[in-house]
Amino acid sequence: MIREVAKPQVRNVLRSRWLLCYVAFFVLATEGLLRFTGEDARTLLSLANVVLFVVPLMTIVYGTIYLYNSREFVELLLAQPLKRRTVFAGLYLGLAVPLTAAFVAGVSIPFLLHGIDPEVRTAFATMLAGGSALTLVFTGIAFCVALRFEDRLTGLGAALAVWLVLALVYDGTLLFIVAMFSDHALEKSLLAASFANPIDLVRVALLLQFDISALMGYTGAVFSRFFSGSAGLAAISAALAFWVGAPLAVGLMAFNRKDL
Amino acid sequence: MIEIRGLRKRYGSLDVLQGIDAEITTGHVTGIVGPNAAGKTTLIKSILGLTRSDEGSIKVDSVRVNGDETYRRKIGYMPQIARFPSNLTGAELLAMLRELRPDVKDIDDELVRTFGLGLELTKKLNDLSGGTKQKINAVAAFLFRPSLLILDEPTAGLDPRSARILKDKILDERRSGRTFIITSHVMSELEELADNVIFISEGRVRFSGSIDQIKRLTRQVNLERAVAELMDQEVAA
Repeated sequence: MIREVAKPQVRNVLRSRWLLCYVAFFVLATEGLLRFTGEDARTLLSLANVVLFVVPLMTIVYGTIYLYNSREFVELLLAQPLKRRTVFAGLYLGLAVPLTAAFVAGVSIPFLLHGIDPEVRTAFATMLAGGSALTLVFTGIAFCVALRFEDRLTGLGAALAVWLVLALVYDGTLLFIVAMFSDHALEKSLLAASFANPIDLVRVALLLQFDISALMGYTGAVFSRFFSGSAGLAAISAALAFWVGAPLAVGLMAFNRKDL
Repeated sequence: MIEIRGLRKRYGSLDVLQGIDAEITTGHVTGIVGPNAAGKTTLIKSILGLTRSDEGSIKVDSVRVNGDETYRRKIGYMPQIARFPSNLTGAELLAMLRELRPDVKDIDDELVRTFGLGLELTKKLNDLSGGTKQKINAVAAFLFRPSLLILDEPTAGLDPRSARILKDKILDERRSGRTFIITSHVMSELEELADNVIFISEGRVRFSGSIDQIKRLTRQVNLERAVAELMDQEVAA
C-alpha cells in the first residue's frame, strides 16, 4: 500500500512549479559552470559546493511546507484502512523520490548533453549519490520539524535554523575551536565531529574524490588523511544511512502519536 | 453500533472531552450538536482513530478502536475542510482511494452523476471552488458503500441544490440500513435527516435521545429551539 499512497503524491510534486524551478536551477548552474570553466573536474568541484548548500536548503524548506500543506490530505489517508506507518512511509517517499529525481535530472542533463570526461565519472557519480543522500536526510528532518511544531511559521523558522546550523554554523564553530586550540591534537575529535553532520559527511565523500582537501574546510583535510579509498566511503555511507534512518524513526514515533 | 465509554481527551491545558458516554445505534442517523468548541469534531476524530484519546474506550461493532486499522474498512468519512494535493485532478484522487481498497469492487459513484461532476473531475483540484471540492469529498465518503458514514458539516459550502442532492443521498442510504453520524450547525437540516441527537457541551454529553424526546423535554416546537433551550440552561447553570 505504500506505493499506492506515494504514487499520487509523486505525481503531485512533479507537477509543482517549485520543483520545475529546482530542476531549472541545477540545469542552469551546471551548464553555466561547464561553459565558464570549460573543464569537467573544475565544474564538478564548484558544483559540489552549490549542491552542499542548495540541496539541504531546498529540501528542508520545501519538505516542511509540504507536510503542513498536506494536513487535510493526511487526514483523508488516515481515515482509510491504512496503518500509520504505511501513510508515513508513503508521504516520505512521495516527496523524497521526486526531489531526488529533480536533483539528479538537473545536474545530469547538461553533462549528458556535453558528454562527460571519463576521468571524472566516479566524482560525478559520487556527487549524484551525495546529493541524493542529502535529499533523503533532509526530507526526514523536514518531517520531524513539521511534526514537532504545530504552528507553521515556527516550524519554518526551525527548519531554517536547522539548515543554518548544519550548513554554516557547524563548520564555522569547528574552525573556531581548531584555531583556539591550535597547539592541541584535535584530529580525532574533528573526525567524530564530521560524522555528526550529514553535510560534512557528503563534503568529505566528495573531497576524497578530488584529493584537494585544503579547499573544502578543515574537517575535510583531517578526514582525507584518515581515510583513503573504499574504507572511507564505506564508513561515510554507513554514517549517512544512519542519518537517513534516525530522523525517520523519530518522525514515525511523532506521527504515531499525532492527533489530527 | 458504536459504544463510547468514559472518553477523555486533553490538548495541553484544554479539557476537550471530559468523559463522554454515548451509543450510536446501527441503521440510524445520529446528529451531534452543541456550541462551538464543544468537542464535536474531536469526538468524530476519536471514532476514526485520527485523535488518540487519553482515557476511555470506543467500540465499533464490538471491536475496540485501538490502533488496528481494519475497522475503518466499513467507514466513510467526509471531513469539514476539503483540501487536497493541489496539482492532482479529482479523478486521480478518486483513483488513488480505489487503489487503496483493491478488494472493494462494488463502487458507488452515483454522486458524480447527480452532482454533475464529470468535467470537474478532469481539472486540477487547485482550480476548483470550495463547493466543488466539498462535492468530491462527499463522493469519496460514499464511494465504497460503507456501513458507517461520518459526515462533519456535510452541507457547509454547498449551494441549496447540491445540499438537497446530498441530503437525498443520505436519506436513500439510510433506508438501505447504513448508519450515519452527522455534525451540523444547521438544525433544520438535522431535523430533516436525523433520528437521534447527541448534545455535547464543554466536553460532556448533556442529552442523548430522539428528536421527539429533546423537543418534549424542552417543550419546544423544533430542534433549533430545543437545542437553543438546552444551551440556555447550560449558561444559567
